[in-house]
Amino acid sequence: MGRYIIRRILYMLVVILVVSFITFGLMHSVPGGPFDKEKSLPAEIIANLEKRYHLDQPLWKQYLSYLNDVFVPHIAHEKPKGLDVADDYLIDIKITDTFWIRWMNFGPTFSSRSRSVNDIFRQQLPVSVQLGTLALIIAIIIGVPLGIISALKQNTIYDYLGMSIAIFGVSVPVIVLGPLMIWIFGVTLKWLPPTGWGSKPPYIFGFLPTNLGWDYWKYALMPSVALGLGSSAILARLTRASLLQVIREDYIRTARAKGVKERNVIVGHALKNSLIPVVTILGPMMAGLVTGTFVTELTFGIPGMGKYFVTSITNRDYPVIMGTILLYAVFLVVANLLVDIMYAYLDPRIRYD
Amino acid sequence: MAELLKVRGLETQFRTREGVVHAVNGVDFNLVEGETLGIVGESGCGKSVTVMSMLRLIPSPPGKVVAGEALYQGKDLLKMSDEEIRHIRGAQISMIFQDPMTSFNPVLTIGRQVAEPLEIHQGMNRHQAYDRATEMLELVGIPKAKDRLGDYPHQFSGGMRQRVMIAMSLVCNPSVLIADEPTTALDVTIQAQIVELAKDLRDKLGMAMIWITHDLGVIAGLADRMAVMYGGFIIETAPVKSLYGNPSHPYTLGLLNSLPRVDKDINRRLESIEGLPPILMETPHSCPFAPRCTYVKERCLVENPPLLEAGPDHYTACWVDLETRSYR
Repeated sequence: MGRYIIRRILYMLVVILVVSFITFGLMHSVPGGPFDKEKSLPAEIIANLEKRYHLDQPLWKQYLSYLNDVFVPHIAHEKPKGLDVADDYLIDIKITDTFWIRWMNFGPTFSSRSRSVNDIFRQQLPVSVQLGTLALIIAIIIGVPLGIISALKQNTIYDYLGMSIAIFGVSVPVIVLGPLMIWIFGVTLKWLPPTGWGSKPPYIFGFLPTNLGWDYWKYALMPSVALGLGSSAILARLTRASLLQVIREDYIRTARAKGVKERNVIVGHALKNSLIPVVTILGPMMAGLVTGTFVTELTFGIPGMGKYFVTSITNRDYPVIMGTILLYAVFLVVANLLVDIMYAYLDPRIRYD
Repeated sequence: MAELLKVRGLETQFRTREGVVHAVNGVDFNLVEGETLGIVGESGCGKSVTVMSMLRLIPSPPGKVVAGEALYQGKDLLKMSDEEIRHIRGAQISMIFQDPMTSFNPVLTIGRQVAEPLEIHQGMNRHQAYDRATEMLELVGIPKAKDRLGDYPHQFSGGMRQRVMIAMSLVCNPSVLIADEPTTALDVTIQAQIVELAKDLRDKLGMAMIWITHDLGVIAGLADRMAVMYGGFIIETAPVKSLYGNPSHPYTLGLLNSLPRVDKDINRRLESIEGLPPILMETPHSCPFAPRCTYVKERCLVENPPLLEAGPDHYTACWVDLETRSYR
């Protein structure tokens, strides 16, 4: 298992390198540049800006220097000042007073002179991670039990009701559900604040909120539900289908023939088997929820990083495009690795070596 | 000897898209203590459905037991509460299934699965149950049984898995063991081992058995009494010697003629029964075997024969006497 995980982590590095290469190539091959505005700037100014951000260099040199900045650890012999956006590393490890290891400089953003991509990761990403995680938790809490009930009460009113909720969840997008919730709970009933987010830096481990009281939840509740409902519907349908298949298996009949209580037939014999396919999609779902929060964040006025995914591309903000895409790739491969490790726990037939 | 099981008029139907399938149509049989009843017939003739109906293991919907009674020690299994029958399943009447590959839960250890009935029915704690499970696994011939409790089903071979299945079904000392084609999925040498094992255990533990098979060769040395099923009916029932020596239904005769025999002319061609068994969508008004029967007479086409006496304790559902080819 240990060797398997190490091998997988090496594969992950390869995947991320390939993603960085393709993204870099694609974003430079689309027409337009970061400094093309409606009112075009004088050529000298553009030349100066490009020089400042090293965009005047050949592409291969730009790519290699990007790889060097992001992937290769650097050594500094004095305490990093952190004043220059071009000298902002995500990880600064102090070994001694005169020896620092610095890693992952994602570069400055072109849209602001005082912010780096790492600033986005420090300030906006934690909010999106919190929102995405809460949405996933809500998706699981609602989706899995709904699927189980629907399967056990197949073709009864409970099943129809559960699957109606699921179809509702799949078919009503956040852009409809969000404003609707704001109107009902935020404006009409005034139970919850319609917009905003309840946590601010600094974050525990870089992403966990420091306060978890009502001041946090009153902001988090509506957007998490709005974002998680669609995923909960997918989970509900998958759980239902999977459990329905499992309870027709021979070994379920065996369990009944042994005199196992019906409740234990489901909990002890059917559930673990039926959750295997459900776990499969949790990985990509988690990555999707953390990074796919653009509409939700916009609707609820949440200071997350969803908007950077979208605006960086239209603005040709090269470092932000690279940073966000790589982040998504890392999320996806890590989530998939976690899923595969969970597989081995759920299904003894799967052994990695 | 005391009567353990008495099944009368058992009828089971399945509701399908095409209509109601009559899978079991009024089956009667008895089982006394220590006796082995062999039920034979082609696939789809209602053998498995009969015993599953008795234990109420038919998936419902679409299946439903529509009539009859199944008395176990005088109490009707079909009318018991779910809780009452749960205490009988696995404790007093237990089952072995056809496919040892799919009949074990792939994500639970063998120890857990074999010990489970003990925890349910005898209130043992896990430690006691595992000890008893180890004994049982040794009894069915699993080498190093104690070390294998933590293994999962996929770590056993097919034959070993069927041994484990037998151990699991016998762990609570049931008085009736129902084996639903337990050797069908195994290769021939393993089949013989499993039959020998079953015979051994029956003699040691003294339980009664119902052994379902489509293989008349397997059952001959094992059963005391036989019931041949066709189209959801028992069409012939007799003590095993009488059935093999003097088959009185054309279908039984056909089955026997399709077997190779070493005690008769070994150069004889094996005979087959033409056609396929029927899927009954309604109660038949003729003998269900009539379309495939070489002895068919007029009455067979207008009236379904009940079980008629053909010899001492030998009953057959056929209007025709096979020797004289005239009505009985």
